[in-house]
Amino acid sequence: MPDPQPILQMKGITKEFPGVTALADVDFRLFPGEVHALMGENGAGKSTLIKVLTGVYQAEAGEAVLAGERVHFSSPLKAQQAGVSTVYQEVNLCPNLSVAENIFIGREPRLFGLINNYPEMRRRARELLARVELDIDVTAPLASYSLAIQQLIAIVRAVDISAKVVILDEPTSSLDTGEVAQLFRVMRRLKEDGVALLFVSHFLEQIYEISDRMTILRNGRLVGEWRTSELSRIELVSRMIGTELSVLEALEEQPKRELAALERQEPFLQAAQVGKTGLVAPFDLAIHRGEVVGLAGLLGSGRTEVARLIFGADRAESGTVTIDGTPLSVKTPRTAIGRNIAFCPENRKTEGLVEDLTVRENIILAMQAARGWLRPVPARRRDELVGKYIEALSIRPANPEALVRNLSGGNQQKVLLARWLITQPKLLILDEPTRGIDVGAKAEIQRLVVSLAEEGMSVLFISAELEEVLRLSHKVGVLRDRRLVAELANDESLTADRIMQTIASGEGGAA
Amino acid sequence: MTTITSPTGTRLAKVFNSRQRYVPILATAAVLLLMWIGGSIRYENFADLQVLLNVFKDNAFLLVLAVGMTFVIVSGGIDLSVGSMLALSTMLCAWLITEEGWSPGVVIPLVLVVGAVSGSAMGAIIHFFEVPPFIATLAGMFLARGLCYVISTDSIRISHPFFTETATQMVPLGDYRIDPSVVTSLIVVALAFGVLHYTRFGRNVYAIGGNEQSALLMGLPVAATKVGVYAVSGLCATGAGVLYTFYTGAGYSNTGIGMELDAIAAVVIGGTLLTGGSGFVLGTVLGVLVFGVIQTIIQFQGLLSWWTRIAVGALLLVFIVLQRVIGARKT
Ligand SMILES: Nc1ncnc2c1ncn2[C@@H]1O[C@H](COP(=O)(O)OP(=O)(O)OP(=O)(O)O)[C@@H](O)[C@H]1O
Ligand SMILES: [Mg+2]
Repeated sequence: MPDPQPILQMKGITKEFPGVTALADVDFRLFPGEVHALMGENGAGKSTLIKVLTGVYQAEAGEAVLAGERVHFSSPLKAQQAGVSTVYQEVNLCPNLSVAENIFIGREPRLFGLINNYPEMRRRARELLARVELDIDVTAPLASYSLAIQQLIAIVRAVDISAKVVILDEPTSSLDTGEVAQLFRVMRRLKEDGVALLFVSHFLEQIYEISDRMTILRNGRLVGEWRTSELSRIELVSRMIGTELSVLEALEEQPKRELAALERQEPFLQAAQVGKTGLVAPFDLAIHRGEVVGLAGLLGSGRTEVARLIFGADRAESGTVTIDGTPLSVKTPRTAIGRNIAFCPENRKTEGLVEDLTVRENIILAMQAARGWLRPVPARRRDELVGKYIEALSIRPANPEALVRNLSGGNQQKVLLARWLITQPKLLILDEPTRGIDVGAKAEIQRLVVSLAEEGMSVLFISAELEEVLRLSHKVGVLRDRRLVAELANDESLTADRIMQTIASGEGGAA
Repeated sequence: MTTITSPTGTRLAKVFNSRQRYVPILATAAVLLLMWIGGSIRYENFADLQVLLNVFKDNAFLLVLAVGMTFVIVSGGIDLSVGSMLALSTMLCAWLITEEGWSPGVVIPLVLVVGAVSGSAMGAIIHFFEVPPFIATLAGMFLARGLCYVISTDSIRISHPFFTETATQMVPLGDYRIDPSVVTSLIVVALAFGVLHYTRFGRNVYAIGGNEQSALLMGLPVAATKVGVYAVSGLCATGAGVLYTFYTGAGYSNTGIGMELDAIAAVVIGGTLLTGGSGFVLGTVLGVLVFGVIQTIIQFQGLLSWWTRIAVGALLLVFIVLQRVIGARKT
């Protein structure tokens, strides 16, 4: 039972951006010893509320009371000093510093003002990372690790600061289930110590597993606050979306097409013994026209690496890739794009979007590049296409002139997706395409993938969410320890459990 | 979502590119060594330690300048004002001591304070008004140079015994003699090394160079650090000016024109990335030495001194390309 006195109370928060009211008169409270979920669609204002609280943005109206005192933070530093520790939505660490430094910078152990004990810092860093079962070289620069590991490091940093309030904005978006379990253990321990936790996630299962209470936002307005146990999933979703849409049901039925019929033709892409030491062991993979091939495996099992080798983003050391019957000698992203292969990478911040360009410019980028810069897309056709995808993916605000940097995280992801969809590739590689996307939009995207495949597009679909992989794919490649261990046909007998067993045992009776 | 439990837990292979940040500095060291060996084979007396000591002596002020520049470039900025600040410093020294009759014991600290304060002012403008460092320090460059001309357009000689005597005083080291300015510049290097690696301020400089937005969200004092970086650069520039005054025994408004570019070149050759976030002061020392050894070779060869520029330019190009190649491999 939470303490009757909230540790944090925000009242009447209003935040305007040019042309957008991100928050209108929002109240929020947080009790010590509870995990409080902040819920809402992409662009509902969750991250903005967090940034207003922690001094990244200044609100137009409203007040915050922390531990009985009115507070107004002018910078994240001030918030941190007052005991509010935050992991923001995008990983916000310094890529050039070592892992250990990223955890400790700003509060390194000092003697007479000098940082005196680097070995001790490294030892503590290893210790802290061990709590989330990470065993990595803490002296390596952060940039050498995957997004998921960076996310864990950011969490470790925030949690280690002795804080009254810990805020986690979509910390789980690129973690797989094992890591999420670790994180939840850490969160439960903090909760027992009386820390108040604010948690944002688009995974309803996670919300129901960890949270005690939730606040729902819609279009920058407060919908209400509930105990998690008193609100069913359907109610939650309909309050988030604002209509009685039965998104959850709609997700269930998804016609699966005959794998045999697809595989009878020549494959569109055939990878034979493609591999690179240190990345993935040589693998065979065939992708047919109109086929959705899912890749499943734990974090770091080599899912992304398979995609990168096929696309040519990493140069394979062995094997050949044959497209449409012609073997490719040199594989670079350029040749792949020339053969109508598109790759939508997982890290939108560093590998994808140009934050200072508009939504329209970002969407049109890949298509323009494919045509060559000398043949601009006619303005009318361009606006028509952009409009179509903004609507199909419900990108909000639905304004092609909005700057991408000002979009919410989930909406940025949709822009990236639109960029590759618009090129109408023959093979679309999607690496975690629904990362950070809300339930409604996720269903939309899944439906889109299915209908594109029906029109003959091949898709290589990577996701940490097994259900999603199962729902969409005709067959599932299973990776373990950087090796493609099995290829399972997605018929009635294939279940998430069987995939998990395959991952665990490393053998699954190849299809 | 379904629970996957891995039998081994998540253990990711170590990524072993952490040594990569030492590649540029090692390349610089290699180039330096090659030039040194080449010079020693070709010219008699080149290998004499005194030649190396002279390289240090002739470039002590450049070293100090470049150390300050290292802070700025690591933080992701640039400081174009340092050449003019150096000139202003020589002018202030000469004018206050010779014409106004002030004691050097007052003038030198005063000049250093002027450097730190004007550096801070530029830093504050850069941070709070979001003016690009290039523009803000370009303004500072004109301003400082203009002030030099206000003081005097002619060269002012200093005849104060403190200057004339210390300038000829040598610190003996076995058979060799080391100029006090060399000792001073090496102390500056040591201090800068300590600050960059063993203080929070120094680490924050790297963090801001890595990603300023992240540094802010991580709760680091970004404003204070940025202002501090330009203060350090200003301080080093006027400090270098004081050394230069000892070196030449005069103040002259036209000294140090383009010297900011020499400093930037030395820093870049020393392996510091112009994009910020990566670099070492010791690399900068190597960069300045490369500069000096090229000068020496050209003297030994009897070529005109502008060949130094050509050689430095070519080398700079090579190093920038090298950095791009390494940067490209990382992603
Ligand atoms: N700096 C900004 N300038 C202009 N508009 C902004 C800015 N930041 C956010 N917005 C707008 O404010 C609204 C709320 O965004 P916010 O990032 O808070 O959403 P969110 O609930 O966190 O969504 P997601 O689940 O996608 O992360 C969006 O419409 C967004 O476009
Ligand atoms: Mg958000």
